[in-house]
Amino acid sequence: MTSRDVVLGRIRRALGERGPGPRPSPGPAGAAEIPRDYLAVHGARTPAETVDLLAAHLAEYRARVHRTDEDGLPALLADLLARRGARTVLVPPGLPAHWLAAAEPAHVQDRAESTARQLDAVDSVVTGCALAVAETGTLVLDGGPEQGRRRITLIPDHHICVVRVPGQVVDSVPRAVALLDPARPLTWISGPSATSDIELDRVEGVHGPRTLDVVLLGAQ
Amino acid sequence: MRVALFVTCVNDALYPRTGIAVVRLLERLGVTVDFPAAQSCCGQPQYNTGFRHETEPLVRRTAEAFAGYEYVVTPSGSCAAMIREHYPRIGRKAAAEGRGDALAELAAALAPRVYELTEFLVDVLGVSDVGAHFPHTVTYHPSCHGLRALGLGDRPRRLLAAVKGLDLVELPGAEECCGFGGTFAVKNPDVSAAMGTDKTAAAAATGAEVLCGADNSCLAHLEGLLRRAGSPLRTLHLAEILAATEREPLR
Amino acid sequence: MTATHLGMPAFPAAAREAVRDDVLRANLRRATHTIRDKRARAVAELADWDRLRAAGKAVKDHTLRHLDHYLLQLEEAVTAAGGTVHWAADADEANRIVTDLVLATGERELVKVKSMATQETGLNEALEAAGIAAYETDLAELIVQLGHDRPSHILVPAIHRNRAEIRDVFRAEMGGWGRPAPDGLGDDPRELAEAARLHLREKFLRAKVAVSGANFMVAETGTLVVFESEGNGRMCLTLPETLISVVGIEKVVPTFRDLEIFLQTLPRSSTAERMNPYTTMWTGTTDGDGPAAFHLVLLDNGRTDTLADEVGRQALRCIRCSACLNVCPVYERAGGHAYGSVYPGPIGAILSPQLRGTDSEIDASLPYASTLCGACYDVCPVAIDIPEVLVHLRERVAQGGPVTRDGIRVRLRPAHGRTAERAAMRAARLLLDHPGALRAGERLLARARRMRPRRLPGPGRAWTDTRELPELPAESFRDWWTRERGTPQ
Repeated sequence: MTSRDVVLGRIRRALGERGPGPRPSPGPAGAAEIPRDYLAVHGARTPAETVDLLAAHLAEYRARVHRTDEDGLPALLADLLARRGARTVLVPPGLPAHWLAAAEPAHVQDRAESTARQLDAVDSVVTGCALAVAETGTLVLDGGPEQGRRRITLIPDHHICVVRVPGQVVDSVPRAVALLDPARPLTWISGPSATSDIELDRVEGVHGPRTLDVVLLGAQ
Repeated sequence: MRVALFVTCVNDALYPRTGIAVVRLLERLGVTVDFPAAQSCCGQPQYNTGFRHETEPLVRRTAEAFAGYEYVVTPSGSCAAMIREHYPRIGRKAAAEGRGDALAELAAALAPRVYELTEFLVDVLGVSDVGAHFPHTVTYHPSCHGLRALGLGDRPRRLLAAVKGLDLVELPGAEECCGFGGTFAVKNPDVSAAMGTDKTAAAAATGAEVLCGADNSCLAHLEGLLRRAGSPLRTLHLAEILAATEREPLR
Repeated sequence: MTATHLGMPAFPAAAREAVRDDVLRANLRRATHTIRDKRARAVAELADWDRLRAAGKAVKDHTLRHLDHYLLQLEEAVTAAGGTVHWAADADEANRIVTDLVLATGERELVKVKSMATQETGLNEALEAAGIAAYETDLAELIVQLGHDRPSHILVPAIHRNRAEIRDVFRAEMGGWGRPAPDGLGDDPRELAEAARLHLREKFLRAKVAVSGANFMVAETGTLVVFESEGNGRMCLTLPETLISVVGIEKVVPTFRDLEIFLQTLPRSSTAERMNPYTTMWTGTTDGDGPAAFHLVLLDNGRTDTLADEVGRQALRCIRCSACLNVCPVYERAGGHAYGSVYPGPIGAILSPQLRGTDSEIDASLPYASTLCGACYDVCPVAIDIPEVLVHLRERVAQGGPVTRDGIRVRLRPAHGRTAERAAMRAARLLLDHPGALRAGERLLARARRMRPRRLPGPGRAWTDTRELPELPAESFRDWWTRERGTPQ
């Protein structure tokens, strides 16, 4: 008997010797006994208010929030990189070319063979996102062409993430989950890396990027 | 209105003055009080120590003692919680062990008729000013079972706030357990005393003359610590404060 | 579970030491009170908290009732997504599976994301015995590992250490494991976090194998989820070539949608944040992004035995947020080590005696390590009625009764050393069940009231060591009533 059989056998005995007969499906039938009367969204907001809430919550967790429009974006990104003193910037494969048109630092393309050590030598990374969640101040990346592989937003110490507002902003976690594809690698980011491990008090900046700039890109 | 007083074993043997206060208070409010003599202990010490089978005769006794009363009033949040929350469980477990439904039926019949004193005053009688007079500074410790199991909320504090002459000061960290915990007090004496000492220190720091509670078992623990430390702070059951009037002051 | 904690003294003795340690008391008080207030504020932000809590409970209960079904579905989905699923009936088997997988890669070191399951199985010790170095990368785990210490909290294993102690551990020990602590390292948390960043960086960049746990596994999609703060989790989950995740079988949820509940309740309960800094969700392997090989080890190790108990099984709903520890007044004074388990606090007091049984002194004492104040139940985001389970387990210790061990239903006898207590409880019950005898006893006491001793002998000492006895009244309530009102009804 394999351990698989052992464990499954113990479970079936624990639950009362039920054989493999009819089971609730994981779909509607199973879901029916789970009360889902919790809120899909907390409060009513206009799209502009939702963007403001996102900005406020991002800032509360020490992300630096900036607003601009398509015309202002290249200059803003160039400025953010310059202020950081970045000499190199990682560029995901599908990042719109004009975003970094004004930026000084040398572009580094992420390639399949790029090692973690090579990426560690890069100063900054600029990406888009899949969506952002206003109620929690969260950015979600799903590995799309504007975002690249998970490692490129992890190893450099400075991450600039561009969010198209209001289009990419959802109100709440349930709204976000409904839009995401679990088959893609998903990374939820809420502020720069932090820890509560010293006296249960939050301190920003451990292994992930210690500086997170979020650019809210929309009509000014 | 006629009610049965469930005085509880601790009050019967150690704090009769609390039982007497409940009788005086309820009678002053026009309630007729009976004391069914067959009552004794709700069985909480046995049950909470793990001796459920030893608890069953006491469940039966308590249920039978109060049969026929629409209201059973008790000046103990933890005994009320024992009956409301645990008696039905004890009944269900007895049935599951193949010993019939009788105990479960007794428990189900009794549980909804049991009221902790402040619940009875506020919810059933609909009063918060009971006409009491107690010219002292008082801080209130809401015992855990009253606070969390019964959800007494601000009922005790509303009753205290309406007492003439009484200056109610908030107890910092009020919702935190005092460390009594029944047999916990002797099974884990060091943690129990540490919790109790923090509680009495918080109470003393309010500058109150009286640390008031609605559960004498918790108060016995706190009083024991205070006396041992020689503190002037005294403990008093809420019922005794509510029973006090200008004409008949406490003591 | 592991042998690490066997031979631990019973809870009261271990707690006594902690209560007398002023530094420890201060560290715990500071940390737990900080997080307590913050959690309350984070939870109060959500008007539907009670509904989220009820939904979380329902998802977990539903899953547990059909656990075999969902585990098989999970296995299929993970396999389809490029992962390999292994089943481990106990700790030894899980450790063996992981060790063999690591040896097969040819590597002799690995990085670890904080994982309760692998602490439970004692994986690091097993790997060490096989010549494999496992580096903990969570800051608190690093502090514990460098300090040759034991974890004392689920979320923050080094909660018993203050910043100055952490600085001392870093200064003394980092050099022996890799990059030494920077010269002149101070005790500012920022500086300490920076030291950890520098120390672990080289390990992340060269790691070929990582071991993790998971907070959730989605049966429908085969997705695993890790919630974290520091980025060490992302490092371990994305940089190495091989990822091995050891996860308790109770961590499965049916659908991806179910995560919408726990994404709201776990961070607020745990670190009191609207959302933790990083959450990684991965489904099998993704070409060119993340580990090329993914192994999932499904761990039983007492969970199915716990599942067999209708009252005790609710402990399997636990999502390891540690809100119950932070709010527990007993944990705050006794500290995590007194619980003799990787699962301390209220949840540990109901989990350890179920996963390990109640045979050892420590496990038999854990159900009594509580005043039953109920604060843990109030804050639990999946509504585990911890006091109910504590009393249920006290029964198991005091009375014995049916229990499942390694899948076999057996009848436990009362634990050793309970005979005197049993006799006392029985005597008290007999007295209380005979009001005539009770009244006689009360009168006897009243007559002896002047002799009230300051110290009692025997078990009563535990009361009178720190407290006066109550003053005995001249007459009982019963006698007062009879005197005043005549014979009671």
